[in-house]
Amino acid sequence: MGMNHAARPVIQVSGIRKTYGKTVAVDDVSFEVGDGEIFGLIGPNGAGKTTTMECVEGIRRPSSGSITVLGLDPVRDVYELQERIGVQLQQAQLQKRIKVWEAMHLWASIYRKTSSTADQLLDQLGLADKRNAWFMTLSGGQKQRLFIALALINDPEVVFLDELTTGLDPQARRKIWELVRDIRDRGKTVFLTTHLMEEAERLCDRVAIIEHGRIIDIDSPQRLVDKYCPERSVTLATADATAAECLERIPGVVSVTREESRYTIRGLGDRFVTDTIRCLSENHVTVTDFRTDTSNLEDVFLKLTGHSIRD
Amino acid sequence: MTNVLRGLRQLTWIEVKIFLREPLGAIGTIVIPVLVFVLLGRATAGRPAPSTPALSGLLSAGGVPTLVSMLITISAVLSLAAIISIYREGGILKRLRATPLRPWMILTSHILVKLMLTALTMALMVLAGRRYFAIGPRVPLVSFTIALLISTLSILSIGFIVASVVPTARFAQPIGAVIFYPMIGLSGLFVPIDSLPPALRTVARVLPLSHSASLLQGIWTGDPWSAHLGDVAALAAVFVVCIAVSSRVFRWE
Repeated sequence: MGMNHAARPVIQVSGIRKTYGKTVAVDDVSFEVGDGEIFGLIGPNGAGKTTTMECVEGIRRPSSGSITVLGLDPVRDVYELQERIGVQLQQAQLQKRIKVWEAMHLWASIYRKTSSTADQLLDQLGLADKRNAWFMTLSGGQKQRLFIALALINDPEVVFLDELTTGLDPQARRKIWELVRDIRDRGKTVFLTTHLMEEAERLCDRVAIIEHGRIIDIDSPQRLVDKYCPERSVTLATADATAAECLERIPGVVSVTREESRYTIRGLGDRFVTDTIRCLSENHVTVTDFRTDTSNLEDVFLKLTGHSIRD
Repeated sequence: MTNVLRGLRQLTWIEVKIFLREPLGAIGTIVIPVLVFVLLGRATAGRPAPSTPALSGLLSAGGVPTLVSMLITISAVLSLAAIISIYREGGILKRLRATPLRPWMILTSHILVKLMLTALTMALMVLAGRRYFAIGPRVPLVSFTIALLISTLSILSIGFIVASVVPTARFAQPIGAVIFYPMIGLSGLFVPIDSLPPALRTVARVLPLSHSASLLQGIWTGDPWSAHLGDVAALAAVFVVCIAVSSRVFRWE
């Protein structure tokens, strides 16, 4: 994973900065997105995710720095770029009384190339029975799926998805995640933003963590977790009063805390969980519950910024 | 480019359909103006046209069609300003912009919709009003249509500035009304411009609607184009200036 399959980056962003008056929205942001990967820009609301993405899409002009997408300059070659990318914007709307099929038809007519027919796409996105519905009558999830359909209608090489599951219920969210994986499986590059760490973990090959307009680090979710939150944690329940003594001798152990019969053991290293099990086994400790907890991007974010992404 | 022109045609057609689906869209823009015309026509038809040339106004020949045409244009402009600001506020303009559609095409499609609706309303008026307010055989309909097109484009361009700068859709209609209705009052249709106090007279002559009124009424009553070159030039100047200004101040989001 990582950058090794990104022989030829599809998106190259170097040192872009975007200011609105005295406010700096994006500050010296650089990253590359490789062909065929799902790349996520993650961070809290207002961190500069959307501004960065819209600069890459060519609908916003960075104050300085340079961007190349598919070999094109998003400012100079904006219309050529639009032909080859698919865009789903945050908080976009369509005309209230436009019908689903009319929107698909309109979008299909705008682009040079249309791959699949509009009806096929509506089918794939589960909107076939909504063909004749007005946009204003669609649910949040249906609107998002329509926007994804519109973003795919020109068979784009790169698909941009900005906070696409915000405001959706968990079920609709899972459905959209499947769709995004399908998009990647069709050989397209996906660039998405999200403030949902679970979404980033489940979808992204690599993520860039952004806060206050600056990128803090870029890597695969797993490697970020290994790098910043290498601690593993085991929680177990036992009536054996002598357990604490042997648990403290596990190699790599950092802390053992006890709450009545429940012990939480934190430690470092790939072998830590195995060593814990071995320790229990060798000392014939009877446990009535055993659970391991691994860190996730949420913990990484907390560690890097000192606050939770939800704040 | 061909696909983009195809997109413009599609967008225009869809906008027409969407407009007709609005609860008051067709009634407000088409039915009411036609009714007003018929009623005004009944009220004034058969009255002798005043012969004194100084009394250029509503009651003289061509006054009613001129006023009604301008009212239709203005209602189209107000609705254009409202639609553009609703589209801006809702992110629709931004969504359309993230496609190969050129910005001017998105705006052109809306102008085309308004021109088509204006033309349809005018055609209906001519038909419906025929019973009460026959158009004289000497009325040059083709020339009048061209004059109306010039006047409409000029007034639409003012509407564009309104649409470019009003902060929210809620303000577009009232601000438009505040700008346009006094202009009608000073257009010379109700009070002859020459009888206004000097200061107001200057204002009236600068305002584009006085040129619209003069052009429309003049062409309706059979004036040659050469008599209204000044009006055409003034309306063209307004158009150029307004388009230049609004392309600078226009906000997509």
